[in-house]
Amino acid sequence: MYATRTRRARPEPFAVRPGIAERLGLPYMDASLGIAAIGLVAFSAFVLGQATSHDVPGDPGYYLNRQALYAVVGLVGMYALARVDYSRFRELRVGIYTFLCVSVSLVFVFGVAARGSRRSFELPFFSFQPSELGKLLLVLALAGFVIDGARRGSPWQRTVRYLCLGLAPAALVFLQPDLGTSLVYGAITLAVMYVGGVRWTHFAVIGAALAAIVALVLMVAPAVGTPVLKEYQQQRLTSFLHPSADPSDAGYQQNQAKIAIGSGEKTGRGNKATQTRLDFVPERHTDFIFAVIGERYGFAGAALVLSLYALLIWRALRIVTLSKNSYGTLVAGGIAAMLLFQVFVNVGMNLGIMPITGIPLPLMSYGGSSVVATLLAVGVLQSIHVQARLSQKGRFAW
Amino acid sequence: MYRRSDELGPQMSNRLALRIAVFGGVALALFIVLFFRLWLLQVLNGDKYLAEAKNNRTREFKVTAPRGEILDRNGEVIVSNRTSLALQVNSQKLPEDPRRRHAELAQLASLTHSSLPRLRKTMHEQLKLAAAAPVTLRRDVGDYLVYYLQENQGRFPGVTVQRVFVRRYPHGTLAAHLLGNVGEVSEEQLKEKRYRSLEPGDEIGQEGVEDTYDRYLRGFPGLERFQVDALGQPTRNGRLVSKPPVPGDNLKLTINSAVQEAGEAALAERGLRGGFITMNVHTGEILGLGSFPSFEPSVFTRPMTQAQVNSLYRDPIEAPLTDRAIAGLYPTGSTFKPITAIAALESGNLTTTEVIEDPGQFEIGGEVFKNAGEAANGSVSLVSALEVSSDVFFYNLGFRMWDTGQLQHWAHALGIGRPTGIDLPVPTNGLLPSKRWRDQLYKEGNTERPWSAGDNIQLATGQGDLQTNPLQMAVAYAAIANGGTIVTPHVGMQVDDAAGRVLKEFHPPPRRHVHMDPAYREAILEGLHDAAQNGAGTSFAVFGSFSIPVAGKTGTAERPPHADQSWYGVLAPYPNPRIVTFVTMEEGGFGVEAAAPAARQILEAYFANQLSHEAEPAEGEEG
Repeated sequence: MYATRTRRARPEPFAVRPGIAERLGLPYMDASLGIAAIGLVAFSAFVLGQATSHDVPGDPGYYLNRQALYAVVGLVGMYALARVDYSRFRELRVGIYTFLCVSVSLVFVFGVAARGSRRSFELPFFSFQPSELGKLLLVLALAGFVIDGARRGSPWQRTVRYLCLGLAPAALVFLQPDLGTSLVYGAITLAVMYVGGVRWTHFAVIGAALAAIVALVLMVAPAVGTPVLKEYQQQRLTSFLHPSADPSDAGYQQNQAKIAIGSGEKTGRGNKATQTRLDFVPERHTDFIFAVIGERYGFAGAALVLSLYALLIWRALRIVTLSKNSYGTLVAGGIAAMLLFQVFVNVGMNLGIMPITGIPLPLMSYGGSSVVATLLAVGVLQSIHVQARLSQKGRFAW
Repeated sequence: MYRRSDELGPQMSNRLALRIAVFGGVALALFIVLFFRLWLLQVLNGDKYLAEAKNNRTREFKVTAPRGEILDRNGEVIVSNRTSLALQVNSQKLPEDPRRRHAELAQLASLTHSSLPRLRKTMHEQLKLAAAAPVTLRRDVGDYLVYYLQENQGRFPGVTVQRVFVRRYPHGTLAAHLLGNVGEVSEEQLKEKRYRSLEPGDEIGQEGVEDTYDRYLRGFPGLERFQVDALGQPTRNGRLVSKPPVPGDNLKLTINSAVQEAGEAALAERGLRGGFITMNVHTGEILGLGSFPSFEPSVFTRPMTQAQVNSLYRDPIEAPLTDRAIAGLYPTGSTFKPITAIAALESGNLTTTEVIEDPGQFEIGGEVFKNAGEAANGSVSLVSALEVSSDVFFYNLGFRMWDTGQLQHWAHALGIGRPTGIDLPVPTNGLLPSKRWRDQLYKEGNTERPWSAGDNIQLATGQGDLQTNPLQMAVAYAAIANGGTIVTPHVGMQVDDAAGRVLKEFHPPPRRHVHMDPAYREAILEGLHDAAQNGAGTSFAVFGSFSIPVAGKTGTAERPPHADQSWYGVLAPYPNPRIVTFVTMEEGGFGVEAAAPAARQILEAYFANQLSHEAEPAEGEEG
């Protein structure tokens, strides 16, 4: 009699039913990037909840609740984008670009005026500022155009083409007028061109031209009587050079923000904060939210926030290098530049080393369009990461 | 479909890697900049910014302290306070738009019955002193205006109604000249050491005892510190510090209201410009001190009309603000004779018994000096010469001492023409004519002749160039009465706190002592007593019937081109006088006609008051 050994069928290792995390695609995502983004929006909601509880009479949670809602919407959008192959956006570049230009133009017709500029539409539940989403759209479209046109025309022709493509929406936004956002568009354009391989010599020429334009706009044009910038814009741009001139002008605000941050010292003043609580610092829920953090939570809190931004941008740059294709590289590079530029200009403005330009602090400043658009941008980064991981495993889809 | 070329190889191209590395380096550099800046602001300079933040959110409001009251020696209130509503405007809170600003100011001007240019001028002047302080447009605004402004607050940004303390004078003009007034500290005064702690806009005593005793009366302002928001509005429950003001202490004067009133009434009912003083001969305490014409001290508590300004400041004849008792410059007539007598006696030019023939006139160097009324008194000694006021007797004494300087020496010793040390501002000390003074003038070509016997003869009878006032004469008479002590006249007696506790008493020591033979003093007092209350005495008509023995001297000073000036100096009670009273009246004629009756009124008031305040403390006799 033979003793027969029955071979039991062992489960195929590769046939394991994927777990819930696997099915959600989480292992392919960049955890640090996600933690940094979620940490920042959570901190934003926390700060707004503490600092603005008296701002809207009868509704202590006005800003907190709304910011939390925007964060949830943004996070859902981020997850959705992470599950999509970003490469599709390259095909849609013309459509995206057209939508971008049309939407930022439409505010001239349908936009609601706020403080002398038309930047947003009034939608049933919130006001939508197309130029915020436009930052991401510009990255996606421009990266597509750069890949697409990589072999057409001479290097100079290409450079000029990219510049024109980038600066057209920037000009539209500038006319709203929204100087800060148009500068972000400019930074995005240059960053995508830079990662896209435009020659150093071209950048040198662009840099020289830029310097000439700045000189022209700030000094020559007002002198000959045809100012390009509005009076307040010019004032704000130059006020950080002479901070404590007059309590009623922009330099005063910046000085107050500096005092607020300084007074936080190492661990912050908590609810004893006065600078940002008693209106010495304007726009505490938007442009100057970093001053609130600095005063309330001190160096500890402000450094934590800066560290989260450093983590965010580091992960973005890492994703630039991981991308499975050039399009992803360019998109990730554009988003990294967009985040870096906004963080540096806004925090620098709060710290008194950059001019006041009205650029929000991504993920921190109150505002639905900005929070959602930035989270969507993070979603695109995640998508690039996911696609890179999947391609390394040799699998193209779940 | 993607082109192959889009797929990246396992390695990026070196060029791209370099670019990403540079990108990362820039990002790193930017973050390092931010971190360092944050470190600099929060850790290295944090305490500085924290101090700035704390300073930023607090505003201090000064709470003015009520000034102390001024009382007479018996506790009668002469000056107190009342609260008044003052309309103030904070220029920094006015609308910035020039048109709206103009409109608001124009409306304010019409509400305060002023004109826009005048209002602007007021604001300009006050802002020059204190740029950020609220400007007081008008005091004593009526209730109706306060209500109107409150109901229309939105239309008048920057306008507030403030409760301020204003001096109140329950007795009207009583003692107006010595009280002084209260006003804002001036730019020059702020530089003085005694006003070191003050700020522009603070009120201090100006002139009179308000000035002299300002440090006691002023008190200390309170302080309220509020937390404010960026618009400067106090926040809810924002009071951080509240230090109540310390009211000023009360000042008790040596003035006796009854005497003061009597003196002022005596001058006023005659309508003659002049002054009076009543003083304790031992202590220098002034019981009454006044001048006519007088004024309402309350006019200084509110804006003056042009007519008021004109009558107070621009009338050189009436000059109501001048205190003629301490700042007048007059020859004294015969009231000077006791001084001449003591000089002659002490210098050996006269004995108490020496008899001099008085034929009615005295001739020297072709110049004839006559007795008043051209009377001839026959043989007179010192006592009778004082009684009948023989000019010739004193012409002789003046001639005897004409170039010895002895008369000047003694007049000077008794305080004529020199500071008395009184606790009131005295603009000038008068003039005691002397050989040296006139010879100097002559040398400089300012007069046509040098010192002559005639000058000294004039001085001996209180005529000529002599310029003095009731205060100096009272001090000199007091010295004769008390045996040679030159007292320091004063009106401040003591400082009490609000609860009535005595904080400080003023007993200024005598200026100096002059040695005086008691026999001379007695002879002179006897002569003065006879002059007042003996049948032939010059003021017997007035004091003959006075129940209390006194020693008094009339004076009729020639003051061309004016009519004669009437003087009277009296010591009472005789023979151990307690008080001296001096009265002078411009153009009052003979001493006995105007000044003596006025002096009698004052003495009557004093002795009547003495009876009702029998236990008056500070008037003990010293010797």
